Amino acid sequence: MTARGWAACLGAIVAREALRFVSQRARFFAALVRPLVWLLVFAAGFRAALGLSIEPPYQTYITYEIYIVPGLCGMIQLFNGMQSSLSLVYDREMGSMRLLLTSPFPRWWLLLAKLAAGAAISVLQVYAFLAIAAVYGIVLPWQGYLWALPALLLTGLMLGALGLVLSSTISQLENFAGVMNFVIFPMFFLSSALYPLWKMRESSELLHAICQWNPFTEAVELIRFALYAQMNWGALGWVALAFAVFMGGALVGYDPARGLISRRKG
Amino acid sequence: MSQAPPAAALRVGGLAWSYGARTALDDVSFDVGAGRFCALLGPNGAGKSTLFGLLTRLFVARVGRIEIAGHDMARAPRAALARMGVVFQQPTLDLDLTVRRNMSYFAALHGMSGRDAALRIDAALERLSMSERAEERARDLNGGHRRRMEIARALIHRPAVLLLDEPTVGLDAGSRGALVAHVHDLCAQDGLTVLWATHLVDEVWDGDRLVVLHRGRIVADGLAGEIAGGRGLGPAFADLTGAGAPA
Repeated sequence: MTARGWAACLGAIVAREALRFVSQRARFFAALVRPLVWLLVFAAGFRAALGLSIEPPYQTYITYEIYIVPGLCGMIQLFNGMQSSLSLVYDREMGSMRLLLTSPFPRWWLLLAKLAAGAAISVLQVYAFLAIAAVYGIVLPWQGYLWALPALLLTGLMLGALGLVLSSTISQLENFAGVMNFVIFPMFFLSSALYPLWKMRESSELLHAICQWNPFTEAVELIRFALYAQMNWGALGWVALAFAVFMGGALVGYDPARGLISRRKG
Repeated sequence: MSQAPPAAALRVGGLAWSYGARTALDDVSFDVGAGRFCALLGPNGAGKSTLFGLLTRLFVARVGRIEIAGHDMARAPRAALARMGVVFQQPTLDLDLTVRRNMSYFAALHGMSGRDAALRIDAALERLSMSERAEERARDLNGGHRRRMEIARALIHRPAVLLLDEPTVGLDAGSRGALVAHVHDLCAQDGLTVLWATHLVDEVWDGDRLVVLHRGRIVADGLAGEIAGGRGLGPAFADLTGAGAPA
């Protein structure tokens, strides 16, 4: 296979995913409405209740709306990652995942292409959200919008890879609803998306420890710093590590010799 | 017909598979010579889908081997997959995309793009008499044409072996017969090797190579006409599988 062939394969998978996304306007709408409700309603209500101290990357007192923007960017990507894996389960049941897996390209390339497609779509959603937030008056430093791009690509890949691992272990769509409850909500609430971790520590050391180990916390912090044109090396390292671990898990899950798909009938 | 052993385009040897304690395939071995139409006949649950899962590398057998056009599926899976076209039992089309877009997506999965891909897609559509439908949405095609499109798609990369897993499911008798004839033509005229899985005896022609699978084992292997033994394939198949008259 030539380099052009590899690129054609990647391009086709991304284009197909993008076409599907464009044709599902409801999905795009839902992806935007969810964080906007949090931003415009939840944050407004909580503004007075939650006092925030000055801590990096912020250099001054900030409103709660400002605080939760990175967490909501992460939420968009978390939902998108899970939704992409939902589409994988659906794909596999409908046979088009099988079609993909008969491609002579190595499986890691096919799965990476799927992930890249999902991450690209999640980044589009995040920027649409940031644009609406800016119209609402939540404007970030302009460099932040540029710095956020690589950060969002990496967090998008990491959360997509998590979805990929899950999709290789889920055989039926019904089970996926459970994963939404047992993966998305705990990951979101046990993170720094809605409240700084020191607040959590005041309530419970155990919860604080769990939050710290949650890769979603690191993803949110990476985005938070990037939105202020700053680098959080620790978060970058953890997100990259989590991506490597989840990708490894996905490769095992979709490995025809060892994978879980081989143990199921069908 | 049976002179010096023809170069086998598809070779399956000692293949075994089990789901936990349940054996799905047990010591399955057969060869299909280049350019032959081989029907894989078996009642539902005989192990056909498992065999297709192994042939298409959805999962990998720990026992036995598979060779596609001389490439070992375990040792050189990418070379083997590159020489193989597959039509799955369940449709694998993007219904909202046009026929051509579906085809070019598949071409790209095989590393083809641009003019080369376009030429091959045109040739494959032409081969299946589907050229005039290239710009139609897959959703607007009838069942028979969707299947034909999937066969055309499976031929874009010019495979040596075409695998079809019960491709006539859900088609009416007319479309079914036309599809069977079409694929026989591909063997006769283009030298394509075909493995056609089915549970319907009327899709098997007398001159076809026939492998009968029952409860995970091969119970007959030879020329369909000889296995039928002059009384029709239906009764012979019923005898072999211990079932009533097949559908």
